[in-house]
Amino acid sequence: MSTTTHDAPSAGSYYVPHSSPWPIIGSVGLFVTMMGGANLLNGHAPTLLYCGLAVLIVMMIGWFNNVIRESQAGLYSPQMDRSFRWGMSWFIFSEVMFFAAFFGALFYARDYALPWLDGTSASKPMTHELLWPTFEERWPTNGPGRVGGTFEVMGPWGLPALNTLILLSSGATVTWAHWGLLKGNRRQLCLGLAATVGLGFLFVALQAVEYSHAYQHMNLTLGSGIYGSTFFMLTGFHGAHVTIGAIMLTVMLLRSLAGHFTPEHHFAFEAAAWYWHFVDVVWLGLFVFVYWF
Amino acid sequence: MTATTAGHDAVHDGHDHGHEHAPPRGLWRWLSTTNHKDIGTMYLVLSLTMFFIGGAMALVIRAELFRPGLQLVEPMFFNQMTTMHALVMIFGAVMPAFVGLANWLIPMMVGAPDMALPRMNNWSFWIMPFAFALLLSTLFMDGGGPAGGWTLYPPLSLQTGAAFPFVILSIHMMGVSSVMGAINIIATILNLRAPGMTLMRMPLFVWTWLITAYLLIAVMPVLAGAVTMLLTDKYFGTSFFNAAGGGDPVMFQHIFWFFGHPEVYIMILPAFGIVSQIIPTFARKPLFGYASMVYATASIAFLSFIVWGHHMFTVGMPLAGELFFMYATMLIAVPTGVKVFNWISTMWRGSMTFETPMLFAIAFVVLFTIGGFSGLMLAIAPADFQYQDTYFVVAHFHYVLVPGAVFSIMAAAYYWLPKWTGHMYDEKLGRLHFWCSAIGVNILFFPQHFLGLAGMPRRIPDYALQFAEFNMISSIGAFIFGFSQLIFLWVVIKCVRGGEPAPAKPWEGAHGLEWTVPSPAPHHTFQTPPQITEAEAHS
Ligand code: HEM
Ligand SMILES: [Cu+2]
Repeated sequence: MSTTTHDAPSAGSYYVPHSSPWPIIGSVGLFVTMMGGANLLNGHAPTLLYCGLAVLIVMMIGWFNNVIRESQAGLYSPQMDRSFRWGMSWFIFSEVMFFAAFFGALFYARDYALPWLDGTSASKPMTHELLWPTFEERWPTNGPGRVGGTFEVMGPWGLPALNTLILLSSGATVTWAHWGLLKGNRRQLCLGLAATVGLGFLFVALQAVEYSHAYQHMNLTLGSGIYGSTFFMLTGFHGAHVTIGAIMLTVMLLRSLAGHFTPEHHFAFEAAAWYWHFVDVVWLGLFVFVYWF
Repeated sequence: MTATTAGHDAVHDGHDHGHEHAPPRGLWRWLSTTNHKDIGTMYLVLSLTMFFIGGAMALVIRAELFRPGLQLVEPMFFNQMTTMHALVMIFGAVMPAFVGLANWLIPMMVGAPDMALPRMNNWSFWIMPFAFALLLSTLFMDGGGPAGGWTLYPPLSLQTGAAFPFVILSIHMMGVSSVMGAINIIATILNLRAPGMTLMRMPLFVWTWLITAYLLIAVMPVLAGAVTMLLTDKYFGTSFFNAAGGGDPVMFQHIFWFFGHPEVYIMILPAFGIVSQIIPTFARKPLFGYASMVYATASIAFLSFIVWGHHMFTVGMPLAGELFFMYATMLIAVPTGVKVFNWISTMWRGSMTFETPMLFAIAFVVLFTIGGFSGLMLAIAPADFQYQDTYFVVAHFHYVLVPGAVFSIMAAAYYWLPKWTGHMYDEKLGRLHFWCSAIGVNILFFPQHFLGLAGMPRRIPDYALQFAEFNMISSIGAFIFGFSQLIFLWVVIKCVRGGEPAPAKPWEGAHGLEWTVPSPAPHHTFQTPPQITEAEAHS
């Protein structure tokens, strides 16, 4: 990390854009979205929410277009590239910490809260004695109040295992695409990306099938006590991230078809690939701790 | 703009991207700017605005507590004031002030042309005013603003009315802003340092911000997770914090404080950095123990992740937890002590002068240390059973936050105002501001220690008669302190509008790249990175 590894940038080589309308548009969009979301939760119509989301989408398209044009114009030096790399890495780290909060909730509920409630933990016996002396259930559970009613547990084999396979293969295909890019083989790049995007959306579709099965046939919902809460929040946020990642990769596919990337200069692709590997790893955590054990 | 040094001529000659023309005028300049100095200024203005809004809320609280009995406001409104005061001061005043300082100073201190990601920098800022519009708007809603305390503990916080989703979503916005800001700061520090500016040559303000940014990225998403769970518990039927569903309200406290304790260090590490810049300048000696300062900062950051349980000693943790969190918390006193020792050693036998920034910095060292000591008392788990939720805790965190974090921000403002505005501030008024603040703050918060030890609970609008005198004293201090801040406002306005022209380096003993550029600092600095040598770095 010492500065000697920097190529001393030549005069003015670090591109500082003058001014940009997109951030303020993004702020307004976010504001309207949040206001609309809060209004919706308070029982009002979702109009404002949709308006805000529309502004945000316009902002993202405009902003990313801007960045792509600058990149194509050769404004980005290797030093700039490193800023993007640091930026993306730390962004992914922030996402890891976001998931950590929910995994933390899962582990805490399983390893502390429940043993206290059901009396299997020696450290706080009175919780069980005083609150719910008759409650003796182990994980997975919807708690002593049977919140949400009797439900079935989502097992690991079947769809979730298939989805694991799908996501792991998509990790392989995106790497294969990257190899193609490095070799300057555009066909391999595009094929690999197309396969990855396809697998990504397939994953999301199967998740949707799983959810509807859970709601319709297993009485397993977001309201099924702590099991339902952790199950749907973790897999739901993960699914959202897969969707975002797949959209990112779709854009990369379009850009590859347009011939934007060179073997030396393709950080956007790598960023999307990093993100994809990140959702992949999160899924492994989910598979093991939410579905399996 | 005219460049005054040879180095700067080179900047313009070698420069070819055409962002040299004057910035656009009027409102659009501020809405669309990507310039770190503009953005830094906006953060600082936002922070000052929030400081006065939050301050007004504090004065409502202290006015109500001036005498026992319910005097001025409804208890419900009182609770809204304590909750909002904390949220506004933490997220609106202290954090944006440090981010504003980071924006202004870090690129100049490391010899960079701007922040690494200038457009995102604009976005980080402009999210904030909107977030606060959302938050403050709740005061005008049915049922009023949030009133369950800034810590948002369920189940109480889940009883908030229409304000609830607004509060949660505004916290999400602040989180997004903080994380983007922090990413930008890290990328700038790691990637935009001028040749020769090795990590161990960086000014301490830069170091402390690097570590603070890391803390921000690590914990703001955790807060986002925690408040999201609150939201789904309230509106979507989840049971995270509901024991009947197998969850646990105490779980919220764990997640919240996993964020919350690092958060308090987010509010103090940059202050350590500022003080470490100012004391050497006015003691005219290099900082004592530079490397140990860096390592102490890093250890504090590390330890800050494993002490959160000290906020929860009384919730019924297993004994092993109580002990672990007690000892881990006490460990933090070691690196903190190293820092205080280093500041004092820097002053030892220095040729000191006492301009306003130095006065604030010295007051910081003394008064922050008092807050550190009360923290140590609170860290003793069995003793905390007595202190928990009393005014002693209030006294503790206000000592570390007001004469701690806020004083450091004041010190920074006085220290760098000449660089920002090109004018010297009014030294007489500055000192007046300092003395009024320093005296006011102690009258305000010192008696709260006694109140707490005597058993007065925090967050109540009325109290038993035996607490009357100290409360009255405290309220008087509050009004002295509060109104003295108008002096600060006046000094700043005066300094922006005019005053004795400031030289490039207005402080005789100052070191660092920011003092090599003219005052006011030109719109663009260091487009050609300067070369930093060993001698310059450690002078
Ligand atoms: C030597 C260092 C410190 C120690 C040992 C320490 C210890 C503690 C303890 C044990 C508590 C919990 C008290 C209770 O609720 O019963 C506490 C509360 C608090 N501390 Fe510190 N602290 C230290 C430094 C700081 C710093 C530097 C800040 C902020 C800049 C800070 C801000 C706070 C705040 C805001 C609270 C109260 C939070 C709330 O309940 O609303 N502390 N501290
Ligand atoms: Cu703490």
